[in-house]
Amino acid sequence: MKQYDLNFPWLLKMAWRDSRKNRSRLLLFISSIILGIAALVAIYSLGENLRDNIDSQAATLIGADLALYSGKPLDDKTAKLVNQLGTERSEERSFASMVVFAKNGGNRLAQVKALKGNYPYYGELETTPGEAGKTFRNKREALVDQTLMLQYGAQVGDSIRIGEVSFAIAGILQKAPGQTGITSTVAPSVYIPMDYLDQTGLMQKGSRVAYRYYIKYAPGTDVEALVEKRKDDFEKADLDYRTVESQKEDTGRSFRDLTRFLTLVGFVALLLGCIGVASAVYIYIREKLKSIAVLRCLGVKAYQAVLIFMIQIVGIGFLGSVIGAVLGAVIQQFLPIVIKDFLPFELTTDISWLSIGQGVVIGTLISILFSLPPLLSIRKVSPLNVLRSNADEVKSEKDPITWLLYGLIVLFVFGFAWLQMQSWMQALIFTGSILAAFAVLYLTALLLINLTRRFFPTSWSYLWRQGLANLFRPNNQTAILIVSIGLGTSLICTLLFTQDILLTRVNLSTSGNQPNIVLFDIQPGQKEQVLKIAQSHKIPVNQSVPIVNMRLEEVNGKTAADFQKDTTDKQSARIFGREYRVTFRDSLTKAEKITEGKWQGIYTENGTPVPISVEQGFATRSRIKLGDTLTFNVQGTIMQTIVGSLRDVNWGEVQTNFLVVFPNGVLEEAPQFHVMLTHVPDAASSARFQQAIVQAFPNISIIDLALVLRVLDEIFGKIGFVIRFMAGFSILTGIIVLIASVLISKYQRLQESVLLRTLGASRKQIFAITALEYFFLGALAALTGILLSLGGSWALATYSFEAEFSLALLPVVGLFLAVSLLTVLIGLLNSRGILSQPPLEVLRQES
Amino acid sequence: MNNILRLQNVGKIYQSGSNSLTVLQDVNFSIEAGSTVSIVGPSGSGKTTLLGLCAGLDRASNGIVELHGTELNQLSEDQLAAVRNEHIGFIFQNFQLMPTLTALENVMVPLELRGEKNIKPRALDLLDKVGLAARSHHYPTQLSGGEQQRVSLARAFSNRPKILFADEPTGNLDAETSEKVVKLLFDLNREAGTTLVVVTHDLDLAAKTQRVIRVKGGRIIQDAPAGADIN
Ligand SMILES: Nc1ncnc2c1ncn2[C@@H]1O[C@H](COP(=O)(O)OP(=O)(O)O)[C@@H](O)[C@H]1O
Ligand SMILES: [Mg+2]
Repeated sequence: MKQYDLNFPWLLKMAWRDSRKNRSRLLLFISSIILGIAALVAIYSLGENLRDNIDSQAATLIGADLALYSGKPLDDKTAKLVNQLGTERSEERSFASMVVFAKNGGNRLAQVKALKGNYPYYGELETTPGEAGKTFRNKREALVDQTLMLQYGAQVGDSIRIGEVSFAIAGILQKAPGQTGITSTVAPSVYIPMDYLDQTGLMQKGSRVAYRYYIKYAPGTDVEALVEKRKDDFEKADLDYRTVESQKEDTGRSFRDLTRFLTLVGFVALLLGCIGVASAVYIYIREKLKSIAVLRCLGVKAYQAVLIFMIQIVGIGFLGSVIGAVLGAVIQQFLPIVIKDFLPFELTTDISWLSIGQGVVIGTLISILFSLPPLLSIRKVSPLNVLRSNADEVKSEKDPITWLLYGLIVLFVFGFAWLQMQSWMQALIFTGSILAAFAVLYLTALLLINLTRRFFPTSWSYLWRQGLANLFRPNNQTAILIVSIGLGTSLICTLLFTQDILLTRVNLSTSGNQPNIVLFDIQPGQKEQVLKIAQSHKIPVNQSVPIVNMRLEEVNGKTAADFQKDTTDKQSARIFGREYRVTFRDSLTKAEKITEGKWQGIYTENGTPVPISVEQGFATRSRIKLGDTLTFNVQGTIMQTIVGSLRDVNWGEVQTNFLVVFPNGVLEEAPQFHVMLTHVPDAASSARFQQAIVQAFPNISIIDLALVLRVLDEIFGKIGFVIRFMAGFSILTGIIVLIASVLISKYQRLQESVLLRTLGASRKQIFAITALEYFFLGALAALTGILLSLGGSWALATYSFEAEFSLALLPVVGLFLAVSLLTVLIGLLNSRGILSQPPLEVLRQES
Repeated sequence: MNNILRLQNVGKIYQSGSNSLTVLQDVNFSIEAGSTVSIVGPSGSGKTTLLGLCAGLDRASNGIVELHGTELNQLSEDQLAAVRNEHIGFIFQNFQLMPTLTALENVMVPLELRGEKNIKPRALDLLDKVGLAARSHHYPTQLSGGEQQRVSLARAFSNRPKILFADEPTGNLDAETSEKVVKLLFDLNREAGTTLVVVTHDLDLAAKTQRVIRVKGGRIIQDAPAGADIN
């Protein structure tokens, strides 16, 4: 017998021929991944553009060659050191203070920056009018952030008061080095000339001031090397430093995190699309079983039959990926708009060929990978199928190779995640979460489907029951549709819920008689008078707490430097660098509970270490145990303490909470200031009270929780926009899978509806059945997504935010209806042809 | 004479581009209520086309098709659907059951489309008559070809049609199953007193009807009581 082999060109030709009638359908399958690829390419390109932009603009991010930061004024030695650096120097002192708009008395806490010198040396303070950024420095003038200007309806030329000094507004501040839309929302800045700082009277002891020094070097200087030499000096002087290079790294790192996050979200959309592809290919193959059996009868080998179809998938997968990559390059042009509030610079976009290439490769690979399980089932098609009348019945026994393929798919997901995150653990967690999320979605979908089927009232009209029954037609894609539409819904829903939880939480804490205004930086001599002002405004003071600033010098007798040398005893440098705000009292508050040791409220034994109480979480993070001795520097005075107790603090309540609490009898005479919490009943009396306080004591800062709430809302709006944009990809993919599935099952629907017409159904009845089918589909998907996010948000609220989980019914119902109706709309639009089919077809259909 | 179906000078021409194909031509016959008629002829002779015209599934290019006193050409699509639902039962070569419905639900569809209430007992009764009461909750894919055809028999009789059209009802069945289905068809038909029109090339089946109409090349070449020989 002659053994012959069918060659590859012939297989190509067969693949080409076989696809002839189905090309548009094949493209439709693959369209499910187009958006996923587009998302990936867009985000990859964004990442590259960010890298390029950061590289080229790093200098303008810090505005100088070197920036030094300190939490305290420089001592003489350090000042001398700093004054030797570079060719030009600027100094900035920045602190939180109330600013008062003279025109309408409006006041708000802002970040005041007193500036001396020509900073920034790279980039500029962008202002309107343009020259204001330079000219304000020599006069009693200020630059005011545009959000503040807008909020208080101020104009250039108006005056604002900071402390004891009035400044004319020289210009509206649009951009300063390193500043983003977010920072200007949270802490809007006001620049004033340093010459007037002392006159404001805000530089008393105890106020928290950040000292910054900006240094310019001659062009061509190797700043990195210079800094490397001075490193030890800086560290000894408690100076943090930042160079253009380290700024580049830092900014690069945070944006790498952002683009990684976005990439993973995009990847989820791609995976969804892939599942859509797999299920479409599965149906395609089932329809082809008869022709495959014929080919097998004619002598085509099993692997050749597989190849004929694989070639089609590769071709179409490649085409789809190219389309996706092109779309991604277009979308990328719009991404900067989405994230502009997070960027400290203007982002210019360029086409990134590398990203496009990556997208095409990933798309082609992944479409093959996901099509392989149904493709390989072709091997099992026996030539005998030709002789059987019901050829489309497939044996459902599992092929061991299929399991191998599923393993490969999981490996691919893991590999992709690893490439993004470069961490085995994180990649593992991501892969696990993805699998779990899909499994939960899928199981929820199955459960809902089955429950609906079982408990659907049989007394309901025929049209409703038929609409529901249509979800179970052979080869249906109901489950995958529910998963993909459900995932999108759940993303949006979770966003809604978390936003709600957080806002409700802040809202709750400001309702009733809970404090809603915090006054801080009250000097000891001002306390009585502030209480008097409160009394005259009939405002109760809920709490008045003394605060002493101090620094940690030693833990168990070892300094930061000791810890740095000793590699076996790790201790974070963070706990030494920071300033501690400490209070002292004789009893615990309602929100505190001792978890370890014994609370001691009064200190009497002179000479022994002071027993202090440390917050549990902070102690754990900083490796501080009961009985450790901590040495504090209380503004010059060294104080020995011992950890006498650990406290659990419920941070949820609005009150002053502290990491470290001293007993009475130690700090009474230390330099200190007071914090007061009050409750004002309404906005009008709040404004009057704040004005009265700021008028009398300009150094006192006021935090108005109503304002915090507004800021929080605004930030959520901005973050939400980014998340919605990404959730949009997943929903759009769901919609495309839906469209593809409607078109794939169109032939079957046609048969059904023609049959129904033959049996006497009116056009209206068929329309109703179709609409109801999509309504059920959309409703089940929406419900699946909402249930999932309900579960997730509940867990988040209970375990993470420790907040009451309250369900905002209206938006949920709205989302449910929107998703359901959208599904109906898309389903009906794509089913148009079905209604007008003449019934004669019923006699002509082949079996 | 009481004719339920009357065709007068009926013709059907398919237009495809500039070509026109005459599939039926000068067809004249009437069918008496309650009688059984078979239409036989070679493949491609126009039998299915003729059946479609009689049942209001398609419109004649010329001539008159009158069913139960109504001229079908005058009716809109939805009106035709209503006529079918009211007066006509169908049996197809490939069964044509709704894959998404159980056997019982399939039988109920014509009645449900009319909005009738309390129809389950009747549907169950019919399923019982075709011997499938025990399978009433099975889906079509869970039934054999013969069983599916028996379900479609039950469905065809569910709306108490005045006339039943069957297009090669045994075409997809083996000989033994065919015999069972044919026997059921005629039994049910006798019991209900329905007019029966069967398209078939199974001469045994044709012989069971009272009258045989032979079609060839789109024309009726013989119309005679069963048993009469051609020529
Ligand atoms: N839609 C159509 N367009 C053109 N020709 C058709 C169409 N439908 C059927 N025909 C032709 O009409 C003729 C009769 O077909 P049909 O009624 O199905 O025959 P039978 O059922 O007797 O086998 C055949 O030659 C067929 O090719
Ligand atoms: Mg035919």
